[in-house]
Amino acid sequence: MAATQFRIWRQDGAGDEGGYRDYTTDVTEGMVVLDAVHQIQAESANDLAVRWNCKAGKCGSCSAEVNGNPRLMCMTRMSDLPADRPVTVEPMRAFPVIRDLVCDVSWNYEVKKKIEPFEPRPPDAEDGTWRIAQEDVERVQEFRKCIECFLCQDVCHVLRDHHLHEEFVGPRFFVYNAALEMHPLDTGDRLASLKRDEGIGYCNITKCCTKVCPEHITITDNAIIPLKERVVSEFYDPLKKLFRVFSGGSRA
Amino acid sequence: MEQTPYEYDVLVVGAGGAGLRAAIEASAVGASCGVICKSLLGKAHTVMAEGGMAAAIGNVDERDDWKVHVTDTLRGGQYLSNPKMAEIHAKEAPARALELEAWGALFDRTKDGRILQRNFGGHRYPRLAHVGDRTGLEMIRTLQDHGIHRGIDFHMEYTVFRLLLDDGRVAGALAYDRERGRFRVYRAKSVVLATGGIGRAFKITSNSWEYTGDGHALAYDAGADLIDMEFVQFHPTGMVWPPSVRGILVTEGVRGEGGILLNSDGERFMFDDIPPLYKDQTADSAEEGWRYVVGDRDARRPPELLTRDHVARCIVDQIKAGKGSPHGGVYLDIAWIKEKISSSEEHIRKKLPSMYHQFKELAGLDITKEQMEVGPTTHYVMGGVRVDAESQMSSVPGLFAAGECAAGLHGANRLGGNSLSDLLVFGKRAGEYAAAFAGEQGDVRLDDAAVDAAVKEALEPLEREGGEGPYQIQHELQDLMQEKVGIVRIESELEEAIDEIGRLSDRARAVSAPGNREYNPGWHTALDLHPLLVVSEAVARAGLMRRESRGAQFRDDYPQKDEHFGKVIIRVARGADGEMVVEEMPVEPMSDELTRLVEEMG
Repeated sequence: MAATQFRIWRQDGAGDEGGYRDYTTDVTEGMVVLDAVHQIQAESANDLAVRWNCKAGKCGSCSAEVNGNPRLMCMTRMSDLPADRPVTVEPMRAFPVIRDLVCDVSWNYEVKKKIEPFEPRPPDAEDGTWRIAQEDVERVQEFRKCIECFLCQDVCHVLRDHHLHEEFVGPRFFVYNAALEMHPLDTGDRLASLKRDEGIGYCNITKCCTKVCPEHITITDNAIIPLKERVVSEFYDPLKKLFRVFSGGSRA
Repeated sequence: MEQTPYEYDVLVVGAGGAGLRAAIEASAVGASCGVICKSLLGKAHTVMAEGGMAAAIGNVDERDDWKVHVTDTLRGGQYLSNPKMAEIHAKEAPARALELEAWGALFDRTKDGRILQRNFGGHRYPRLAHVGDRTGLEMIRTLQDHGIHRGIDFHMEYTVFRLLLDDGRVAGALAYDRERGRFRVYRAKSVVLATGGIGRAFKITSNSWEYTGDGHALAYDAGADLIDMEFVQFHPTGMVWPPSVRGILVTEGVRGEGGILLNSDGERFMFDDIPPLYKDQTADSAEEGWRYVVGDRDARRPPELLTRDHVARCIVDQIKAGKGSPHGGVYLDIAWIKEKISSSEEHIRKKLPSMYHQFKELAGLDITKEQMEVGPTTHYVMGGVRVDAESQMSSVPGLFAAGECAAGLHGANRLGGNSLSDLLVFGKRAGEYAAAFAGEQGDVRLDDAAVDAAVKEALEPLEREGGEGPYQIQHELQDLMQEKVGIVRIESELEEAIDEIGRLSDRARAVSAPGNREYNPGWHTALDLHPLLVVSEAVARAGLMRRESRGAQFRDDYPQKDEHFGKVIIRVARGADGEMVVEEMPVEPMSDELTRLVEEMG
């Protein structure tokens, strides 16, 4: 057992400037950052606000910045952090703070509603079921693993630094688009809205999102770049463009 | 309260599988519908379900059908289930699974491209539709992404503090906003409770903070009956080390894929104790067990896949006999399959990806190479609101319940995989019947004075100064339930527990929660104490009344099944004087057809 120093962000609503406060608590074997935060909450800061649920890396609720790195608190082991300096815990910085470590992520839920929902092809069999190859299921598994922790949104500079929330949906929703576009049964076409409304062009593939994903989804290479390529071939292919001019298509 | 209430035909409390499915159905039949949930959308406990959803589709073994499924469920529940519910569940689960696929869920496939099904404890044939070991995430995300386009209002991070009544009929709910501490009044012609379980009443649990028995207590306070509360499922395999992850679930899927349980002597102890009810269905040898795992249709299942109540007790016996692992569990070994499969490491990672991940990250252990340490963890409550089998309506008009907070389907023990299908089958029915009820009934009137009184009561912990903090009481209750109302029970300890719960209830009425109303976990914990104490008392009192061992209830002083208690269930309700009333009532009778099926299937 070792007494460990923490610097935890305390902020009393959006009107308050907020700041770090120092706490000390005993850290025992196997503890994760969320355990330490809960212990501090029970011992000396009953009103310290923190969002969490499953404590097993499955629900994506306890996102925060630990020593400046976007992390799930429940999956960050204390033993992996340097012991010689205080552990800093602060809320995700790309979203407004509601209180302490809890921020307002409701924007993400609004964004999702605008994306064209799943629409399956007609069933393959008379009993109303589909036939799908296991490899087609596996191809999209990576995207369907997303636990909506929004750490990728937190770290994306288009949102975090440039605040382009109106024009850009962020990595989470490119992954969502990819899951739908590559779903073996889906018939939707989201390329026009990816280009026009969702701002996929703003992503300049710095791969910060991929680095922080707790589910290890290769967001940039496997979701964003293939979507960008599809958008390019749909809208910037010279032959297609020419075809559209003559056929009077308005997509561009 | 001066604000105008939110108005819905159907108000759903909870946004896990049952709540979302209920809301989707209610809105599909034209009812206006609002959903209140304590967390953000998509974070509810369903997200943690791993193994799969039981549905007798018969894709892997065509001998499977609803008849086998219903008899498996009744046997697993030790014949205390509501037989009609078990029948509806078995018949409708396949359609609910297939419908999920039409909404975008992707399950693992058979070679010919149909939904693959896996083995699970107590299921005669491979029956669980699944995707790796993250079926719950697939299910909740599918329902969420479907639901947000259905005109349903979602009120995220709100907790219902009290149900509102109009002359004995449900009329709505009073809730508080966890984020900002404001109160909101909802007027609704019907209310569906889908709040999940009670695991947080115990110290070691696989359940999240949300599982404080809210729906159970709301219904109880509103005058509805609870049944089967003595039956709390202790899942045999939770993590035991390191201490901070104690209780986190290790899916039964590990055993479904061939994982075996070993004691500290390396003995595969599950072969030593096979209950008579399952003798004919269980393998005689390790060799036969493995053949079953790899799909030999003539082989019987390995003893690790006996029902959860039994496996949990066998583990406790090993630990008590001094044959446990260093941290008070036993060993679960999936790595051994390398003797049978050349690419075992890749196979394990593919079949059990989140287990691999969980042990790697939280315990620094590679399950493809090493044995896990596991022990029982509080996982699920079979007991809950007594509902009509068809409609899911409780004994309070207009109040419905579905999923874990409702009771009847699982009897004395739930089979793994029957929960996800329960959520969908009865979530849909609750939504459908709640909408119909709302359509048939006139408007409800809200009692402003009752609302004001409830608001005042909810604010008391914030305004009271110098009282005890809520966490101490919560922790003492969890320790008490773990020690005295846990896997092994005895009369004297149950009585002590009931007395102690009474004392804790008195202390809970005098707690202080410093700070203000915005996202104040101390205040939230103070308000959670009432539901936790209600469900704890119900579990202890029902456990005391059932003087036998059956399913999930094991009584050290009555270690055998008792004929009388095989015919009754225990009902808990709030008496006129506010005291808890506990009494026996007969098990719902079985139809002639089901009786015949049960006899035929053995």
